Amino acid sequence: MIIGAGALGTGSAEMLVRAGIGKITIADRDYVEWSNLQRQQLYTEEEAEQRIPKAVAAKKRLTAINSEVEICCHVMDVSVEEMERLVEGVDLILDASDNFDIRMIINDISQKYQIPWIYSACVGSYGISYTILPGETPCLNCLLEKVPMGGITCDTVGIISPAVQMVLSFQISEALKILVEDRLHLRNKLISFDLWENHQSSINVDKIKREDCPSCGAERSYPYLSFSNQTKTAVLCGRDTVQIRPSQPIDRDLESLDKALSRQLGKVSRNPYLLSFSTAEHRLVIFKDGRVLIHGTKSIPEAKSLYHRYLG
Amino acid sequence: MILTVNGDQVEVPNTVKTIAELLQHFELNNKVVIVEKNAEILEKEKHAETLISDKDKIELVHFVGGG
Repeated sequence: MIIGAGALGTGSAEMLVRAGIGKITIADRDYVEWSNLQRQQLYTEEEAEQRIPKAVAAKKRLTAINSEVEICCHVMDVSVEEMERLVEGVDLILDASDNFDIRMIINDISQKYQIPWIYSACVGSYGISYTILPGETPCLNCLLEKVPMGGITCDTVGIISPAVQMVLSFQISEALKILVEDRLHLRNKLISFDLWENHQSSINVDKIKREDCPSCGAERSYPYLSFSNQTKTAVLCGRDTVQIRPSQPIDRDLESLDKALSRQLGKVSRNPYLLSFSTAEHRLVIFKDGRVLIHGTKSIPEAKSLYHRYLG
Repeated sequence: MILTVNGDQVEVPNTVKTIAELLQHFELNNKVVIVEKNAEILEKEKHAETLISDKDKIELVHFVGGG
């Protein structure tokens, strides 16, 4: 199962479908946009023009590539409930998402149902990947301890396609090893690289596994599957606005955010309490306590999509 | 002080004495970073107390969210 059908999701789906995987499930909430075409390899100009949902466009192209593979695509904003449903019978979860909210949910689901998953991400010329095996390796919660506050995203600093392909090579090599049950050859290291700076590092993080981890430790509670730890959304009546509120209040550094966003988006206005900026069709207002108002939409999936696109 | 950081030789001011200060120096202090010093991984709680010295080999891996 692949969560997300952006750059990583389209690339991994194409590799696995060409390899003749038996069944693949892909879930994504977004539609194809022009800016996606630089790296999201299953989509075309026509689909961007018509704003076709990514899951629909991906299924069409993947079926044309290999009609023998069973391809289940869901236009869906995946959260805990959806994940519980989708995960039945799944052998491996590939992370192709663009935010840590969903990754922490994937991580807890993986531990709860003992399904391996592969964390992968990239931005700019940088990429990172780690294979998580329940009961063996540390989990994402051991590694992170808290959900990282966003910062740079593919839409604020860009992404070069070779970084996507490099992460995919690491992720799918590991996926193939798991799927053919050759676990002896798994990398067992956290890998990261920067193709522009010519860095690569590969480190063993076994020592970071925590006995008291609430996701994979002895007394686990799967914190990210509970309602109180989820990001909350609400449509504000009559205002064509969606409010997104992080699970815990955060102290957002508006000054750095201003710097990051104004490089890419031009005019960003800011006062000590909030920051706001406009895209072609929407206006985002970000409060210091972490709340975000997205004006110009009543759709929660669309609002979440914009939230993660600009704030990580 | 000369360190090898992610494979490159880097000079850092002598005022940088600990791993936590090194992360601050590279403006990584607000990010989630995994640190390895001389092939040994360091738990987060040890960043503030772990001293660095000349010729140390440091690997810094930060987590990103894009995809």
